[in-house]
Amino acid sequence: MMKLKFFEEKAMKGVMLITTLLVFLFVGSILYTIIRNGWRAMSWDMIFSLPGGGFYIGKEGGLLNAIVGSLYIVGASTVLGLIVSIPVVFYLNVYLKKKSKLASVARLAYDVLFGIPSIVYGAFAFTIMVYFGLKSSLAGGIIVITLLIIPIFIRSMDEIARQLPSDLLNASYSLGATRYETIRVVIRQIAPGIATATLLSIGRAIGDAAAVLFTAGYTDNIPTSLGQPAATLPLAVFFQLSSPIPAVQERAYAAALILTILVLILSILGRIITNRFSKNRIQ
Amino acid sequence: MKAGAKIGMKTSKIRLFKDKTAGSVMWIFTWLSVLLVVLMGIGLILKSLPILHDKSLWELLSGAKWKPMRGDFGFLPFIMGTLWVTAIAILWTFPVSLFTAIFLTENSKRWVKKVVFPALDILAGIPSVVYGVWGILVVLPWISDSLAPHFVEYSTGYSTLAAGIVLGVMILPLLISLFVELFSCVSVELREASLALGATRWQTTKYVLLRKTFPGIVASVTLAISRAMGETIAVLMVCGNIVQLPTSLFDGCYPLPALIANNYGEMLSLPLYESALMFAALILFAVVFVFNVISRLILRKIEQNVS
Repeated sequence: MMKLKFFEEKAMKGVMLITTLLVFLFVGSILYTIIRNGWRAMSWDMIFSLPGGGFYIGKEGGLLNAIVGSLYIVGASTVLGLIVSIPVVFYLNVYLKKKSKLASVARLAYDVLFGIPSIVYGAFAFTIMVYFGLKSSLAGGIIVITLLIIPIFIRSMDEIARQLPSDLLNASYSLGATRYETIRVVIRQIAPGIATATLLSIGRAIGDAAAVLFTAGYTDNIPTSLGQPAATLPLAVFFQLSSPIPAVQERAYAAALILTILVLILSILGRIITNRFSKNRIQ
Repeated sequence: MKAGAKIGMKTSKIRLFKDKTAGSVMWIFTWLSVLLVVLMGIGLILKSLPILHDKSLWELLSGAKWKPMRGDFGFLPFIMGTLWVTAIAILWTFPVSLFTAIFLTENSKRWVKKVVFPALDILAGIPSVVYGVWGILVVLPWISDSLAPHFVEYSTGYSTLAAGIVLGVMILPLLISLFVELFSCVSVELREASLALGATRWQTTKYVLLRKTFPGIVASVTLAISRAMGETIAVLMVCGNIVQLPTSLFDGCYPLPALIANNYGEMLSLPLYESALMFAALILFAVVFVFNVISRLILRKIEQNVS
């Protein structure tokens, strides 16, 4: 007779296998659904042309407005986000001591900010925009996405910077370098980490719909100034899917496919960079 | 010699000056970014003051009537919607992610991890709106064609259950990675001690690993709950957006984030309505803030104990 504990062992292992397979099932189902439906609606026109006259009743046109709008917003907010977050990460890890109170409070604050829903960011940013008399615009979208990704940037870069051995800093100080000069040593160590963090955060920024819902607006054109509204890919999916016309819904699938491909490319690039450049890291 | 020393003094002064200036600039950036969370809280409170003046907090939270045009602002249907959807999502993802994480850290070979982690990465990276599309194309038909006919007469699929399923898949990668991190904090010696006493792997997991990491598991789930509550677009796309107290899993519901997303921006001409929507944002903010601070502090303590 098999002992109970061995039976339990087998049964639990079975359960674990099932749950792990379930995860794969979800990944497979999502990718398959998006690719199959998106591919049918995909064409060069979809990527390279603006919505035409009868676009929203199913006539010709493409999603260029949303693609360019998303790239504008994400590009600008990535640059702005990096300008703010890189100094913060250095301050936390080079200037402040390991057990600093400020660093501890700051890390908690970034964790909280990271957890705050993007719809709350959107509503908050929109109130500020109204206060300053700004309408839904490219500038609004850039502001809210910048606010949204700063905590993500800082959190993920900090995770890597914290693993820096303090010997490395001390070695630099003992040669007479100031803390500011030591940053040059540090940056070499954490550069791949910064690259990965950047890519992953971009992935999150480009897919966020709730934050740009009020702040960026939507338009059929490519914005030519910061004051004009800008379309974004997630909203293109969202709005077109709510249309009753099947041909328009198809385009939502195409937009979803483009969005998914962009995010997957970013995530794969992030992996490659971590794997390739983490070799030179001092452990 | 003297001149050289002077030049040396000068450059070192410049270097120190640079060091100090850079330090203060970074200090400002750090504080500004930390203050963002405070500013957000204050902004939301200020904006929800008008409605809090007009009605008591209890009235807002427990009222079930939502007729903004007539001045009825009862948030109960939305709060219940959020709680229902989140509860369903956590109820099924908790066991799934727990067992998957145990499998990954305790029972699986190396190559399994190499396959599962990228898959989780993909799941974590997929945008919310794409989950919504998947929900509409896969989950809704499954509910309305296969599941609902066994229980209710008719369902479009747009339901609390659909929202819970989609939301669950979205928080699955977060929960699994939190658990994996937690389990790898437990030392190998502890497990070996248990195995050496003749315990099976599962017994070791049950009596050592889960017991040792219990506070961390609670904290991780809290974190996942707070993430789930704020998820907007995907839930909004499949939940039905019906203002009612959900009585069955196949009823539509209307969670708080969906309320904000659907109505904000349009109704700003009605000042009290805007204030009501900001109050909804404030509720989300407050819950997420409290849950996050508590769970992060617990997780941090666990990490410190390990290192």
